[in-house]
Amino acid sequence: MTENNGAALYAEKLKRIMDAVELRQPDRVPVAFQASFWLARYGGISYRELMYDYDKAAEIMQRALLEFDPDQFYPVHATTIGRVSEAMGFKQIQWPGHGVGDNQPFQYIDREYMTADEYDDFVFDPTGFYLNKYLPRVGEAFEGLEELPKFAGLYYNHLLAHMRHFANPGAVRALAALQKMAEESQLLVRNKIDFENKMAGLGFPVTHGAATNAPFDYFGDYFRGAKGILTDMRRRPDKLLEAMEKAGVLLLRHAIAAARASGNNFVFIPIHWASDSFMSHQQFMTFWWPQCRKIILGLIENGLIPICLWEAVCTKRMESIGDIPPGKAIYWFERTDLVTAKEVLGDVVCLRGNVSPSLMTTGTPEEVDASCRHLIETVGKGGGFILDGAFGIPDETPVENVRAMYQSVHKYNV
Amino acid sequence: MNENEKRLVDLVADMDEDQALVLAQEMLDNGADPLRVLELCREAMDIVGKRFETGEYFLPELILAGEMLDQIGGLAKPLIKQSSDKPAKKLPRVLIGTVHGDLHDIGKNIVTFMLDINGFEVKDIGIDVPAAIFVEEINAFKPQVVCLSGFLTLAFDSMKETIQAITVAGLRDQLKIQIGGGQIDETIRAYTGADGFGLNAVDAVNFSRKWTGG
Repeated sequence: MTENNGAALYAEKLKRIMDAVELRQPDRVPVAFQASFWLARYGGISYRELMYDYDKAAEIMQRALLEFDPDQFYPVHATTIGRVSEAMGFKQIQWPGHGVGDNQPFQYIDREYMTADEYDDFVFDPTGFYLNKYLPRVGEAFEGLEELPKFAGLYYNHLLAHMRHFANPGAVRALAALQKMAEESQLLVRNKIDFENKMAGLGFPVTHGAATNAPFDYFGDYFRGAKGILTDMRRRPDKLLEAMEKAGVLLLRHAIAAARASGNNFVFIPIHWASDSFMSHQQFMTFWWPQCRKIILGLIENGLIPICLWEAVCTKRMESIGDIPPGKAIYWFERTDLVTAKEVLGDVVCLRGNVSPSLMTTGTPEEVDASCRHLIETVGKGGGFILDGAFGIPDETPVENVRAMYQSVHKYNV
Repeated sequence: MNENEKRLVDLVADMDEDQALVLAQEMLDNGADPLRVLELCREAMDIVGKRFETGEYFLPELILAGEMLDQIGGLAKPLIKQSSDKPAKKLPRVLIGTVHGDLHDIGKNIVTFMLDINGFEVKDIGIDVPAAIFVEEINAFKPQVVCLSGFLTLAFDSMKETIQAITVAGLRDQLKIQIGGGQIDETIRAYTGADGFGLNAVDAVNFSRKWTGG
């Protein structure tokens, strides 16, 4: 492919996606490609190799893009995190060689990483809380940071004496470990940038350049754990609300900065706790939606395009979450019925999804084709739809079923 | 039921944790039978379970109810002088675990709690459980219902293998199997050979009731 052809193809694919986002009818229904460990199976390597070997991962991803020709692809470097996780001594996940087998995906460990009485610490001084408490709990490389000087409150000649803490044994060890980790982190990001530039040259846009979370999910998943956050809603609602207010500002700032740095306007927001069955409508409207909406609106105001992946079933949430400016975001629904979503949200937001994982993994190519056709012809009507798996391509999907899915957009149109 | 007893049931059922703990302590200090206090908690749990089934309560209430049950249990149990004269009621048994390869346990824990407060004797054998351990535990515990939990798509095959292992061990006819978790649907029920699938904890309770007469 010549460079010009690549640029034209890239523009064509991006236009197709933007037509969908802006609720216009594209030339055909665009299709996104989110695969993580499925790529290992497709390329005939272990999950462990996919996590550790940048070159192999990139080669397999390129091969997949050329074969399936999607309009957007999920960054493969979100999966190649083995080396940097090892350098960090990441305690929040288990990955091949570190708690799970060579052909098992990495998995997040739901635990309490911040205790209930630490909300005040977080709110008073989030950076101090990170350095002294949070980071050493989530990564071995951070252990010792708590021995650093406590900067805030130091001034003038106090600085002279207090900086001695940089020489504390734990601090010295942590800084050395973090420097090593930083080198791995640079390598990961350099590989990502090089690969995505190369794919752009071949005509393939990446799905997003930054990711963030709803404030509730940030605390629920990564700080308090499931049991912690659920009891906080009852035991200390004011603390939770106050901390989310603070965290929301930080999350938005990071997302905007990361998106700007990437040069990609899409921001991925995987949503874990909005499901119909987790909390009542009143709780959703108190603890979840207003805080997430603020982030969505903040991104939109900054010219960015949120891609919200609403996990599980969120049918009861539809009326509320439609309260955003039209044509500015993508709502990717995992198990929520897209035909219903189209009726309720079709004039507000571009929908994405959701070929079922059970069909992808255990069905026939004909069944996958029929499911895609149904989605294209119903949800695709009038534009505003991107075809994808319910949660991308399940790791165990037979390649014939993946082919059926990516061919469907060329066979059917509205 | 005297006034305090009724108040304790209401406080627990209405999620007033602080007042419920104060009252439970007060009742025990004044010589209330600790077994009676635990029985009142069970009655409150019945109400919580029903409110959850009808959509008045959600996960925050279910988890807090479990916390209250544990805390009041912690106050009452050390005061129990002798075991009850009444023979323990034989409860229908359910074995539950997350299948091998999958480390998720939030859903499983919620199902376990709902089964427990709905009058089942539940044995939770943890996460990432190999098929052979399921077979071993079934042989030892002799459950009428087995619940297989899993969040990831890799659980489809793990569930299928586990059910095959249960069949090969000659145990399949003695029990009913329900599967549940983030990605589970009728297609996967058929694929794995389970008897039923559940989308939530209430489904698990209804399935277990149906097959145990509980």
